[in-house]
Amino acid sequence: MDLSSVKLKEMLRQMLTIRYFELSVDRLYREGKIPGGCHLGYGEESTGVGVIAALDENDYVFSNHRGHGHCIAKGLDTKLMMAELQGKATGYCRGRGGSMHIMDVKKRLMGTTGIVGGGIPQANGPALKSLIEGTKEVSVVLFGDGACNQGTFHEALNLASIWKLPSIFVLVNNHYAESTPVEYNCNIKNLADRAISYGIPGVSVDGMNVLEVYKAMSEAVQRARKGEGPTLLVLDTYRYAGHYVGEPEGYRTDKEIEEYRKRDCILNFKKYLIENNILDENEYNLIDAKAKKEIEGAIEFADKSPIPDVSDIDTDVYV
Amino acid sequence: MGRQLTYKAAVNEAIRIAMRKDSNVIMLGEDIAGGAGREEQGIEDAWGGPYGVSKGLIKEFGNKRVFDTPISESGFIGAAIGAAMAGLRPLVELMYVDFAGVSFDQFLNQAPKLRFMFGGQVIVPITVKTLMGCGWRNAGHHSQTLYSLFVHIPGWYALAPSSPHDVKGGLLAAIRNDNPVILFEHKMLYNITGDVPEEDYELKFGKGEVKKSGKDITVVSFSFLVNRALKVAEKLEKENISAEVIDPIWLAPLDEEIILNSLKKTGKVLIIDEDNPRCNMATDVAALIATKGFDYLDAPVRILTPPNAPVAYAPILEDNYMISEEKIEKAIKEILN
Repeated sequence: MDLSSVKLKEMLRQMLTIRYFELSVDRLYREGKIPGGCHLGYGEESTGVGVIAALDENDYVFSNHRGHGHCIAKGLDTKLMMAELQGKATGYCRGRGGSMHIMDVKKRLMGTTGIVGGGIPQANGPALKSLIEGTKEVSVVLFGDGACNQGTFHEALNLASIWKLPSIFVLVNNHYAESTPVEYNCNIKNLADRAISYGIPGVSVDGMNVLEVYKAMSEAVQRARKGEGPTLLVLDTYRYAGHYVGEPEGYRTDKEIEEYRKRDCILNFKKYLIENNILDENEYNLIDAKAKKEIEGAIEFADKSPIPDVSDIDTDVYV
Repeated sequence: MGRQLTYKAAVNEAIRIAMRKDSNVIMLGEDIAGGAGREEQGIEDAWGGPYGVSKGLIKEFGNKRVFDTPISESGFIGAAIGAAMAGLRPLVELMYVDFAGVSFDQFLNQAPKLRFMFGGQVIVPITVKTLMGCGWRNAGHHSQTLYSLFVHIPGWYALAPSSPHDVKGGLLAAIRNDNPVILFEHKMLYNITGDVPEEDYELKFGKGEVKKSGKDITVVSFSFLVNRALKVAEKLEKENISAEVIDPIWLAPLDEEIILNSLKKTGKVLIIDEDNPRCNMATDVAALIATKGFDYLDAPVRILTPPNAPVAYAPILEDNYMISEEKIEKAIKEILN
C-alpha cells in the first residue's frame, strides 16, 4: 500500500476526531443543546475515512444523514459543524440545515441530506461534468443499506454505467435501515451483487478495516480516472449508536453490539500501526489528546456563537 | 408581420442560442435526440424529441452536450442538479409534467431547497422544460397541468408562456437565471405560429403582459388558455364588451401589479386556469385580489377551472373537461350582467 506514515497517522487522527465529535454530540443532544434530529456514526469511522483518504481534494463527495464523519474526513472544520448542529449563525449553513444539511462547497463536500437515497443521483452530476470536460475528478456518494432499496440507487447506477461516469457508489452496510435489519429488506446476501445488473464491479469490503476500505476505494478511483466507469463498494460495518440519538432501540441485542465493539475500527487500526512500528503508545496518546482538544474547542466555539438573526428566515431561497 | 415561427420552433431556436453562447449549457432528456444519436450513425437524431422540439441539436452540439437518457427521471434530474451545483447549466426535458410523480423528490426536496439549506453556498441553475395540458386525447397520465404543485414549493421559478415570442424569450431568461426554473409548454401551443424576432432576447423576469386592453372586465389566464381568452375578447368587442386579457406569463414570481392595476380599472375579474381546481393559480390570484385588491371589486371574483377529476380520455369527456371559448364567453357575460 502506498500510504506514508504521515498519512496513516492523519487517518487515525481523523477517526479519533470523528469518534469524539459523535460522542460529544450524543451528550450535547441529551443535554438539550442540539435542537433537532441527529444520526450518529461512531463505530463506522473507518468507512468515511478510508473512502476519502483515497481521493484528491478536487474530488466530490455526497454524503447522507449519517454524515458527520464524511465531513470531518473531507477536511471540514469541526467548529463550523458543531455550530451548525447547535443551530448557530456561524455554522456551515448559518443554522439553516443542522445535522442533516452540512455542506462545504469549497471542500467539495456536496452536502449531507435528510432524504434517504435523495442524493445518490446527484453524485452523477459532477461526474458528468468531468466526462464532458475531460477532467479526472471523480464523484463519490456514500449511503446506507436502507438507501439501496430506493429507486434512486438503481437509477443512478444504471445511468453511471451506461455513460461510464467516474462515479463511485459506496454502500455503507451497517446492517440496519433505521430499525429494520438488512436481511429483512434485501433478499440477497451479498449486496455487491447488485452491481452485476449494471455490468459494473461490485466489491465487498470489511468496512471495519480502514486500510481495506482505502485499498478497495483506491482501485475504484483508479478505474474511474481511467474512464472505465463506476464501481459499487459495499462496506460491511456497524453503528454503535441507535438510528437517531434518543431512539428506543430494542431491535438488536447488547451481545451483538459487544461483538462488533470487539472489532472496533479505531482500536484495530491502532493495533496495526503499533505492531508495524508506525506508532507507539505515546504518540497515540498525543494524537488522541489532539483530537479530544479539537472537539472541546469546537464545542466552545459553538457555545459562544450567536443564534441566527430572524431576518435570515427567507434569505437565499432565490439568488 | 415579422418572421413567423411555430411555438416549438421558437423553443428550438432559444435552446440553440443558449447553447451557442454558453458552453456550460447542456441538455438531457428522454429521446431528445432519439436513437441515442449514435456515433456510427453520424450523431444524427432520429426524433429530435418526441415532437421534434430538439431536432438538430445533437448534430450541432454533439453527444457531449446533448444526451438521450434512460426513462429514469429521478436519475437524470438528480444528475442535472448535481451538475448544476458543480458549475454546469443543464436544461432538462421532463417529457410530460405527469412524469414528475416518479421523480418528485428531486423537484420537492432537492433542486429548490439546496441553496437555502446549505446557507447560500451554491446555486442550482437548472432549467426544466415540460409538456402539460389537455387536448391530445391522452387521458390522465399525459394531460395534466400541475404547475401549481411547483409554484407551491419555495425555490422554484416557473413560467407558462402563451406565444412563440414569449416562449423564446422566456426560455432564454430561464436558462440564464441562476435559480431552478421550470418552463411549462402546453401541448395545444406547439403548432401555433407567431412573430418571433431572430435575435437573442430575454423576457423580463416575473413580468406579465396585457395581451389585450379593455375597460369592462379583467380576464386573467395562463398558457394556452390565454389564446382562448383573447379570441373571446376579440369577439365580444363586436358586442361592445371590452375585456382586458392579462397573461402573467410567469407563475412564480407572479406579477401582482399587472393584475391589481387592471382590476383597479375594470372592477371585475374572471380567472381561468386549466390546473386542478383546488389550490391552483386561480385560487392564488383570487387570494391576491381578496387581500390586496378587495376595494377595487365591483362584483365577486369568478373562477373557471376544470372539474375536480382526473382528465378523461373520450373526446366528449376531454372536451367538456377543458375550458372552451363558450364557457369563457358565458362567464364574462354572467359577470357583466
